[in-house]
Amino acid sequence: MNDVIISVKNLEKKFDKNAVLKGVTVDINKGDVVCVIGASGSGKSTFLRCLNMLELPTGGSIMFDGADLTDKKVDLNLHRQKMGMVFQQFNLFPHMTILDNLTCAPIMLKKISKEQAEAKAKELLARVGLADRADAYPNQLSGGQKQRVAIVRALCMEPDVMLFDEPTSALDPEMVGEVLDVMRELASEGMTMVVVTHEMGFAREVSNRVLFLDDGVIAEEGSPDEIFGAPKCERLQNFLAKVL
Amino acid sequence: MNAWLDKLYKTFIVDDNYMMLIKGFGNTLLITLCALLIGIVIGSVIAIAKYYAEDNKKLKVVNTICDIYTTAIRGIPVTVLLMIFYFIIFVSDTTGIMTAIIAFGINSGAYMAELIRSGINAVDRGQMEAARSLGMSKSQAMRKVIFPQAIKNILPAIGNECIALLKETSVAGYVTVVDLTRAANLIRTNTNDAVNPLILLALVYLTLVIIMTKLLAVLEKRLRKSDGR
Repeated sequence: MNDVIISVKNLEKKFDKNAVLKGVTVDINKGDVVCVIGASGSGKSTFLRCLNMLELPTGGSIMFDGADLTDKKVDLNLHRQKMGMVFQQFNLFPHMTILDNLTCAPIMLKKISKEQAEAKAKELLARVGLADRADAYPNQLSGGQKQRVAIVRALCMEPDVMLFDEPTSALDPEMVGEVLDVMRELASEGMTMVVVTHEMGFAREVSNRVLFLDDGVIAEEGSPDEIFGAPKCERLQNFLAKVL
Repeated sequence: MNAWLDKLYKTFIVDDNYMMLIKGFGNTLLITLCALLIGIVIGSVIAIAKYYAEDNKKLKVVNTICDIYTTAIRGIPVTVLLMIFYFIIFVSDTTGIMTAIIAFGINSGAYMAELIRSGINAVDRGQMEAARSLGMSKSQAMRKVIFPQAIKNILPAIGNECIALLKETSVAGYVTVVDLTRAANLIRTNTNDAVNPLILLALVYLTLVIIMTKLLAVLEKRLRKSDGR
């Protein structure tokens, strides 16, 4: 069970003089579904973006796959291939068809054949119910469809970990469900996931661990039952009172 | 009517004057196309170099060199640049065509660089992040994701630059190149007929520009395919 996949130690991030992360330490185990909750400005998105070094930490270390990602000598591109990321704003490539969105990175980086990449992409697309949209362009899809494609795009690289940065925050309410369903399925298959979210229902139901970030530190950590059922720290109690 | 046809005959057919126009037309197209290619290559290289230099202090020198280039070129009239190239730098080039291609290309490159840079900057930051999160290197992401979108954004502006370049080449005659304008002007002096050669000259440029505009519209439409609907 204690098969650590990402080990974060004393992670710090300052923007100029403004410290956003003030020493975050956490281990993420294989198969964990970790939800990161907290008020806006608490540093939860920054924390997630530091995990794959989209944001460069100003202190601390991130061990992933036997390497310290904050070490300048590490080939980040190689490690990022094993960490899928899903963004709030989808960030699909608008000039490519859905199929090209899904296959361009695997073909370029994993050196697999076009046929293999397309077969894999189509299989995954079918699983999220979008098999018929392979030749469409991103702008022809609804928000929920775009986000499902974005999840598939990350999955096509066969990552060990999936990072979600508020994946449902930019969606119309009626489309949140379809994206959460895909994530739920992914979790049930044993994918290791770190999810920054405002969906407390999802956090409660799907995750096995919840981190409450407040003012750049993990103020409380525990199982969903502990966090939502018996919050200990006052900030968490206040936060939950506002959002639930 | 007959008098006019007679005049046309004397102006364009006698002494095979029309051949000069055809040759000039060819040279104008040759200079424009080659200069355009050089301009796009220089412009892309500079725009991309500046993009990298933005967040890499080691490349500050590159940034400065690019800035000097664009400032100098945009500050010097292309005619002056052309003459400097012909009479000072490439003295051995007698026909002037090579010199004209290089001068117009270098001139165009400065404008292209600014255009392409604005196009690159207009692409959403999330695009680079998404590409990097998949494991692409910065240059892979640039090639596959950012650059194609940038070009699409600035295509109308590049079209304008092509049209401007075509018309600018009409000063190539300053360095003895027989381009379209110089050919028409030579016919004017040889035949003492100003009206017909110059009107024809204007019409040829106008037609070329209209054709370019149409081609561009077709290209834009094809690229817009991904915008949906």
